[in-house]
Amino acid sequence: MADGSGFYAPTLAQLFGAVPVTLLILLVSMTLATLLAAVLTACSASASPGLRAFRAGWTFLFRGTPLILQIFMIYYGLAMLPWIRWGPAWPAFRDPIFCTCLALTCCCSAYIGEVFRGALAAVPAGEIEAGKACGMSRLQLLRRVIAPALIRIALPSYSNEVIMLAKSTSLASTITVLDITGVAQGIISKTYRTLDVFLCAAALYLLINAILSAGLRAWADRLSIDRPTPKAVEPL
Amino acid sequence: MSGLALLGFGPDGWGRLLLSGCLLTLQVSLCSMAIGTVLGGLLAWARIRGPRPVRALTAAYGIVLRGVPELLVIFLLYFGLPSLIASLWSAMGWPPPGLLPAFVTGGLAIGLVSAAYQAEVFRGGVAAIPVGQFEAARALGLTDLLCLRRILIPQMLRITLPALGNVWQFNLKDSALVSVIGLAELMRVSLVGAGSTRQPFLFLSAAIVLYLVLTSISDLAFRTLDRRFSQDAKEAS
Repeated sequence: MADGSGFYAPTLAQLFGAVPVTLLILLVSMTLATLLAAVLTACSASASPGLRAFRAGWTFLFRGTPLILQIFMIYYGLAMLPWIRWGPAWPAFRDPIFCTCLALTCCCSAYIGEVFRGALAAVPAGEIEAGKACGMSRLQLLRRVIAPALIRIALPSYSNEVIMLAKSTSLASTITVLDITGVAQGIISKTYRTLDVFLCAAALYLLINAILSAGLRAWADRLSIDRPTPKAVEPL
Repeated sequence: MSGLALLGFGPDGWGRLLLSGCLLTLQVSLCSMAIGTVLGGLLAWARIRGPRPVRALTAAYGIVLRGVPELLVIFLLYFGLPSLIASLWSAMGWPPPGLLPAFVTGGLAIGLVSAAYQAEVFRGGVAAIPVGQFEAARALGLTDLLCLRRILIPQMLRITLPALGNVWQFNLKDSALVSVIGLAELMRVSLVGAGSTRQPFLFLSAAIVLYLVLTSISDLAFRTLDRRFSQDAKEAS
């Protein structure tokens, strides 16, 4: 068609208008999922079998089912429970954006928790022992020794999970949220130019993910200041 | 009617439909996994051995397919593929084909995404094999095909198995997304059941249990295979 620029410019502008919604869902879920993942990791390292079982069950449930099912369950399924439907939390559970964020937080915390757990196992035991030998308190040990090493080890896999999360935000459109995908579907129902609109949306997601992964890589690069590994002392 | 009767196999029960949904979920996942393995293998091969422009193209494929939401890939194929085929067909002077079944589009969409991930897995697997083995194979005069069959594939199977297990689990869960284009797999069936009985909690819970069964069985299968492979490798060495 001749109206190439006449169509793409307003379409992209409309889709751009939905970027804040997508970013809001992404940032809220990413922050909460990371915090929850830290709690889950603490559970996995805990001496209490109850906490360890809770983490295992949580991980099993949320990694073993599709995210779209979790979103539907929280948005449609939980509304059937009387204590949700008539409880104080109903205004929140009625809101599709809240439900998406809740589902994404729960789901991604399970995945990120596994990343953190793997990284925790990879923190050199000698460093922790050395910290203890220096008389560090548990909090000091966590803050000065374990957390810095853990973040450095976990960052590459963590970035993957964040990208996954960014892509998963598109599922919000299935429960009526007007995020990028939702707005794209709205434009299509008016213009019927399915392919063009979806391609524009795909380009936007690619852009968001490119920025995300560039930022995370820059952070990883800054953390992994490859300090020259101490060379073995030359034998005299 | 009580919940159990609704999920059961009686005349008004949804049990049979839910089970056939499970079967369709498995079929879509298996097809997309197979597509992903073949295409992913080719992509990895092109990425390692291809000339520079081909390598750049395969890299771009990976970036795009791993950076765009699966939901959009499904929509793009569902709406884009028929018009592409129609224009191709009309260019050949054939009559326009009908709509593609959701199974084909959905399986292909998940398969294309799976290929991008599997290509990375295979690339990592090849990198894990010592270069000396390839040099030795060449020194012994093995052809490329023989080297692939005798040296690369047996070791790749063992090295990449855990990662392939992960990809399979993602495939299984991504197949639920095909429900948005109307394929009556597990997710779709449970949504239809939820809608027509007005019992979303019951039906979505059933779907959660069934998905957990599917993922647990696959996990067990991959673990068993992995144990057997690593045992074989230990005995061989």
